[in-house]
Amino acid sequence: MIRSLLSGDTPRSLPLALLLGGILICLALAPFLFPGVRTVDTAARICVFIVLVASYDLLLGYGGIVSFAHTMFFGIGAYGVALASTHMGRGFDAIAFGAVAGALLAAALALVIGLFSLRVRAIFFAMITLAVASAVAVLVSQLSGLTGGEDGLTFKTPRELGPAFKFGKEAFDGTLFGVKLNGKLLAYYFVFLGALVLFLGLLRVVNSPFGRVLQAIRENDFRAEAIGYRVVYYRVAATCLSAAIAALAGSLYAVWLRYVGPDTSLSMEIMIDILLMVVIGGMGTMYGAVIGATLFVLAQNYLQNLMGAAAELTSALPLLPELLNADRWLLWLGVLFILSVYFFPTGIVGRLRNSG
Amino acid sequence: MTTSPILSTENLTVRFGGHVAVDAVTCDFSAGELTAIVGPNGAGKTTYFNLISGQIPASAGRVFLKGRDIGGMSVSARTRAGIGRAFQLTNLFPNLSVLENVRLVVQAKSGRSFNLWSMVSRHQDLTDQAEAILRRVRLLEQRHQVVSELSHGNQRKLEVALLIALDPAVYMFDEPTAGMSVDEAPVVLDLIEELKDQRDRTILLVEHKMDVIRTLADRIIVLHNGALAADGPPAEVMASDVVQEAYMGRGLEGVLADV
Repeated sequence: MIRSLLSGDTPRSLPLALLLGGILICLALAPFLFPGVRTVDTAARICVFIVLVASYDLLLGYGGIVSFAHTMFFGIGAYGVALASTHMGRGFDAIAFGAVAGALLAAALALVIGLFSLRVRAIFFAMITLAVASAVAVLVSQLSGLTGGEDGLTFKTPRELGPAFKFGKEAFDGTLFGVKLNGKLLAYYFVFLGALVLFLGLLRVVNSPFGRVLQAIRENDFRAEAIGYRVVYYRVAATCLSAAIAALAGSLYAVWLRYVGPDTSLSMEIMIDILLMVVIGGMGTMYGAVIGATLFVLAQNYLQNLMGAAAELTSALPLLPELLNADRWLLWLGVLFILSVYFFPTGIVGRLRNSG
Repeated sequence: MTTSPILSTENLTVRFGGHVAVDAVTCDFSAGELTAIVGPNGAGKTTYFNLISGQIPASAGRVFLKGRDIGGMSVSARTRAGIGRAFQLTNLFPNLSVLENVRLVVQAKSGRSFNLWSMVSRHQDLTDQAEAILRRVRLLEQRHQVVSELSHGNQRKLEVALLIALDPAVYMFDEPTAGMSVDEAPVVLDLIEELKDQRDRTILLVEHKMDVIRTLADRIIVLHNGALAADGPPAEVMASDVVQEAYMGRGLEGVLADV
């Protein structure tokens, strides 16, 4: 059963299995284990980024294709839900319509970019995606009548997913283990389950015959041609699929935030974050996305606090509090990144699998 | 030979800048025939192969497979049409297992490669076919090893295994035993002989070792400076004046002994 859910791709290392199990339990029970607006928000962000990074890994780690347009596809899904909810009125139908339309548009755009550029050389694809992504980002900020420009769009999700919606008053007196049973809790589980289904779906794809062909193409596209595979078709198919999943991740994120804007879903910064998460976790393994996204989002959200605390603890010592000043958290994030690449060139998952 | 050829090249030519690497080679290859292609290094043997299997576009001339002009087709389309190739420099999927390498070829032929949803382990028949081929090349025990960890000789065997898994109408071997040890080479040569004994496959073999050519070849063609210098039964070609002249009186064996 578990084997089948994981598509036969088990962690193959005890520490890795424990780590993944721990992350799964923490995310599944996040609202109960770590109650608080900020912690639950971080957990939801982790869920969304796991899917986003996993879909990017399908492209980079399995297909060997470098793309800079992944946040664009992410944004298309997010704006899809926002626009549908704005114009169709709040409701699950608007979310479903926006998500499906966003995924289809993302896949169609990926198809066009792919057919134009993957025929030539994979490096050409990277440059085209960079250009298209920048163009779309400019477009979104200029078309402020439709997209809200730099301010973005705030929209309403169904009442059932908002904090004002209360349930379980009779049975549980409105709380469970001290956590208020409200729409925000439901929204978290909407995001969590959506992310879980998408992730397991991706795991299935990379372990299918199609996934094996992608690996073959990454390893040696010249020989893949010579044993009869139309390499371009597989690359384009992977690009479309990856774009559609990224768009769906964007939709989940929009539902959670009830807001979309260039900073949350389109910026180049997110693109770089995705790249870092893939590399830290380990390319070419879906579990790398889980570990990379979790560590990175946690560091982004809590490294600053941690350093602030450390600076206070060491305030009596010379120099150290200066180095550990909370304002320098980005510097330390960079150092951590360099160290992780140096010590785990195959990512954390690659390292754990080899030692285990 | 009266039967229509499976593969033929007509004035096949390629120029790199001013250098003519393959010069108007016209040649027919029939089913069940093993043709050895010989010539000194730089004579254009591998380039001739590249023109047939499509890695390099021809500057002039045409290639026919079963009467059909395949000159405009891509490498993968030619492969699906029936031209299979084993490479001179080992050319595998280095970070995948031995079994996975062969299974990819079997899968390519099965038409199931756009299946995104079933697990690979559900396609037991593909694994069985791949393992049967690995048994033939004596690599079954190493099937779970990663290719990059395989010895050179075993990589050469796997190179041949991929071609056998493809089972094309035209087999092209480019120095299949290069760099193999004396006790490993016979495995590959026996396989080629088996294929030849099937009598329905067209086999092209680039080879330097004279004893191999003597035992296996039905016919020899000699390439010299990209041009076809001789073509005929082994004994005849080795004794021919053209060849003697082309190699400045040293004879074919003398030249081949150098390389």
